[in-house]
Amino acid sequence: MIADATSRADMRLDPEAGRASPVLPFGVLVAVLLLIPALDLSRSTLTLLNHCGIAMVFALSYNMLLGKAGMLSFGHAVYFGLAGFFCLHLLGWIGEGGAFGSFPVFFLPVAGFAVGALAGAVIGWPSCRRSGTPFAMISLGVAELVAALAYMFDSAFGGEMGVSGDRMVGPELLGLSLGPVQEVYWFVAFWTVAGCAGMHAFSRTPLGRLSEAARDNAQRVQYVGYDPARVRYLVFIFAGAFAGMAGGMAAVQDEIITIDALSLAPSGAILIATFVGGVRHFWGPVLGAVLMTWMESNLSDYSEAWLLYLGVAFILVVIYAPEGLAGAVAGAWRLARSADRARMAPVLALRLAGAGCMTAALVVTVEAAMRWSSGHGETFAPLGVPLPHDAPATWIAAVVPAAAGLALLRRARRIEETRT
Amino acid sequence: MDVIVFALLNGTIYGLLLFMMSSGLTLIFSMMGVLNFAHASFYMLGAYLAYTVAEASTFWAALFLAPVLVGLLGMAVERWGLRKVHANGHVAELLFTFGLVYVIDELVKIVWGRTAVNYRVPEELNFPLMTLFGADFPAYRAFILVVAAAMLGALWFILNRTRAGTVIRAALVEPDMVGCLGHNVPAIFMSVFGIGCALAGLAGVIGGNTFITDPAMAAQMGPIVFVVVVLGGLGSLAGAFMAAMLIGYLQTAAISIDWSMADIFAAAGVTEATEFGRISVASLSTAIPFLLLVLVLIARPSGLMGARES
Repeated sequence: MIADATSRADMRLDPEAGRASPVLPFGVLVAVLLLIPALDLSRSTLTLLNHCGIAMVFALSYNMLLGKAGMLSFGHAVYFGLAGFFCLHLLGWIGEGGAFGSFPVFFLPVAGFAVGALAGAVIGWPSCRRSGTPFAMISLGVAELVAALAYMFDSAFGGEMGVSGDRMVGPELLGLSLGPVQEVYWFVAFWTVAGCAGMHAFSRTPLGRLSEAARDNAQRVQYVGYDPARVRYLVFIFAGAFAGMAGGMAAVQDEIITIDALSLAPSGAILIATFVGGVRHFWGPVLGAVLMTWMESNLSDYSEAWLLYLGVAFILVVIYAPEGLAGAVAGAWRLARSADRARMAPVLALRLAGAGCMTAALVVTVEAAMRWSSGHGETFAPLGVPLPHDAPATWIAAVVPAAAGLALLRRARRIEETRT
Repeated sequence: MDVIVFALLNGTIYGLLLFMMSSGLTLIFSMMGVLNFAHASFYMLGAYLAYTVAEASTFWAALFLAPVLVGLLGMAVERWGLRKVHANGHVAELLFTFGLVYVIDELVKIVWGRTAVNYRVPEELNFPLMTLFGADFPAYRAFILVVAAAMLGALWFILNRTRAGTVIRAALVEPDMVGCLGHNVPAIFMSVFGIGCALAGLAGVIGGNTFITDPAMAAQMGPIVFVVVVLGGLGSLAGAFMAAMLIGYLQTAAISIDWSMADIFAAAGVTEATEFGRISVASLSTAIPFLLLVLVLIARPSGLMGARES
């Protein structure tokens, strides 16, 4: 009982699950993807968008495990990475001509899909017999094992250098040479939609439904005549396959992959992205993936301590918003349409103001402390105001917003308590 | 002969260090059902706090103060963090500690810098204890042995021979009943979490100067410790002990063996000419714990001593 990770509290189901029509969100996704090239964006922005698409497919595949089947994996990047390595080798073989010479690069994600499924089938066999915490720890061990072994076989994994390739080989499809990033964009957009549609369809299959049942009550599933371990294993294979598909997309986009891609760090990142986005809603991981990709490329330039902010944000989501961003959006939407929106509006406003104050205090403290400890002699100067670590102004800038934020949050809670 | 003796001695020490960490993890898990993902981060904090205290005063003060500080920190984490997510189930608790890893990692980098700190073995213990087969055996290694053995004994004594230990063991299996008998179960949980973290901190104090104290030490040690507790069977102290010693001996032995795959599989026709043949046993040592985990789980899904099947 203790080792069983799915407790009663995990069983709250989204009341709208299964009833919401997929037409509207898919229409929005396709429309946005079609409109983006019209904006004439820069190459770096398009590359960022490509990474967003890859992360969306990857996060959705992860949510097949975490959200749908209730399987917490710390090693999902293994399937992404193994497929990525295979696809880069495949690019090389296509370039050499021969048996693979007529394989269009456009269909590389299909090869990634197959390799991901194969890796899932091999690795899932010993690991899917357990659920809950043991499964999580096994996935961690497997990820470490694969990374450790990968460093021993340079011919397959390229050691520290990784494996690189050239995407402009083989037969062209639809007139896409895949050379300029604009053409890669169409490739990524196509496979993003295909991946999202595939995984959405999977969630409607009997197997997808069964995986949710096995998450909520494995014993009952067994009683009805299905083997939960077998359900977990099958879902695991599909999740690996879709992760592999994302790996194939990344192989074309980046033309290089290193062993870091299948280590613990990207596995942890996709876990955070998926959970922050919201595991109980199909589109939650998509939100999380976009946010994470954007933060990775922008925030990491801005602050050395961006992982600290990421960790704090993740912890706060775990404690206060376990439904993630998608849950918060859905909650706000429900509130906006409900009768007591006038009553709850001030509480919400107080909460937002309080959270803003706390964030400001955290940023000032961390940034001032970080610059002091790094010893580069820089001073944190937001909006042109220098805030060195030993100036009283810095302490005021850290303590006052923190106190104000705490007061605002307490006030919000008191209003909510007295009115309900 | 000398290789075997040194591998045995060093393996014992490494295994005991692993057990010191995994015992805290196992205690916390069997009582609260929470696998503390940040356990290795508390190990790292123990090493860094010991370095700071040892710089300010002596190593002996650090030996007692650092685990206590880490334990208090662990209690605070339980009181103001874990307890809040408890209602959302064990996955939420695991995720909370997972986020904590990032936060502690970054805080350590901010406070102590991104490079390794010079946390040394104390002068009083920095001499060769004896000479074995022409090589020195450092006194500090013997000291680790003594501390680990003392900790093991104390843990066993507290859990099995004191009233507090009886209450803890009772709260492990029947928390509701223990609550009905008038014990403060949340306080017991908090102190067990603190004790578990303090044990990790103690391992950090004596492990930090044996190995190296840098911000990567948590990420290095963490996965191995999780392997130990899963391999031993989640929640089983005896299993964790067996697994820790097993991994300790195997890893140390692998490092000291000067063989490659070609030597081992020579009968099967593997030669140095192939990539597989060139892999040395020593380079396999990092993969050994994880290989062992997969192999054992294929044969025994519940681990060496695991009784509960989830």
